[in-house]
Amino acid sequence: MTLRAAEVEVGQTRELVVVEDLTRTQLVQYAGASGDYNPLHTDEVYATQVAGYPTVFAHGMLTMGMTGRLVTDWVGDGRLVRFGVRFGRQVWPGETLTARATIEGLREEDGDQLVDLVLTTINQAGDAVMTGYATARLDP
Amino acid sequence: MSVDRFPIEAGHIMIFARAIADPNPIYADPVYAAGTELGGVIAPPTFLRASAQFDPDWPLRPKIGEPWIGSGRTPTGVPRGDGGEEGTSLHAEQHFEYHRTVRAGDVLRATERPGRRWEKQGRRGGTLRFAETVIEFRDEEGGLAVTMRSVSVRTEQVVQVEEKEGQ
Repeated sequence: MTLRAAEVEVGQTRELVVVEDLTRTQLVQYAGASGDYNPLHTDEVYATQVAGYPTVFAHGMLTMGMTGRLVTDWVGDGRLVRFGVRFGRQVWPGETLTARATIEGLREEDGDQLVDLVLTTINQAGDAVMTGYATARLDP
Repeated sequence: MSVDRFPIEAGHIMIFARAIADPNPIYADPVYAAGTELGGVIAPPTFLRASAQFDPDWPLRPKIGEPWIGSGRTPTGVPRGDGGEEGTSLHAEQHFEYHRTVRAGDVLRATERPGRRWEKQGRRGGTLRFAETVIEFRDEEGGLAVTMRSVSVRTEQVVQVEEKEGQ
């Protein structure tokens, strides 16, 4: 399914719970898949005793990857032109994250119909852990 | 990070999609994917960070016969003061620009160029040192597929839970 320009209005919003009760095992899964074996994310002994954190915390790229699901579920596969984020607060095991995308604008560029989205991913306390943007090509 | 050969493999995409908890069958079911307008398995939007797997010098992977920063008999195999840098390096920003869809079967080459560097004062972490890297992913014909820009931040101290400088 691909989003069509005629279906889109500025201000439309979608939300998706992208993880409920984040597990340390998912951090291990992401480390293995991505190749980012930084022990801050998977090694409790290192994270607490050497790095001084309360426990391990999620790769920022895991939050971005999970948020990408909301975006591609909405705009369609293979439609992204740009996708960027800034990481804020750290994400800890046990957290529940909700991604939100809002349509900020519609425009035409080089004959393509584009949609601009603003993104925010929040934790269970309502605090933003990541903010960002995405642009996608729409069908007319 | 520069990678001469990053083969985009369907099995790797499936495992990556599981890790980011994305059940979209275009990442895991070649039969379904073949019936879509894209005609086959594609990579999720953030997949190209996994090019690290194909970088022989990637520092965040244990290497045979070399000390590793993580715990074993001791909490770290590379005690600080042994050349390990103080503070923590965290991921502050990530940006992708897609010039075309990346598909299973593509073979990409990643070329890194350094980006900007800047500093600012953190509220708790002392001086924050930001560094940007830009990686271009090109296909075997030399066509630009994706441009990836990453910003890391190195803090002088452990970043407190309530701080907002990256992960």
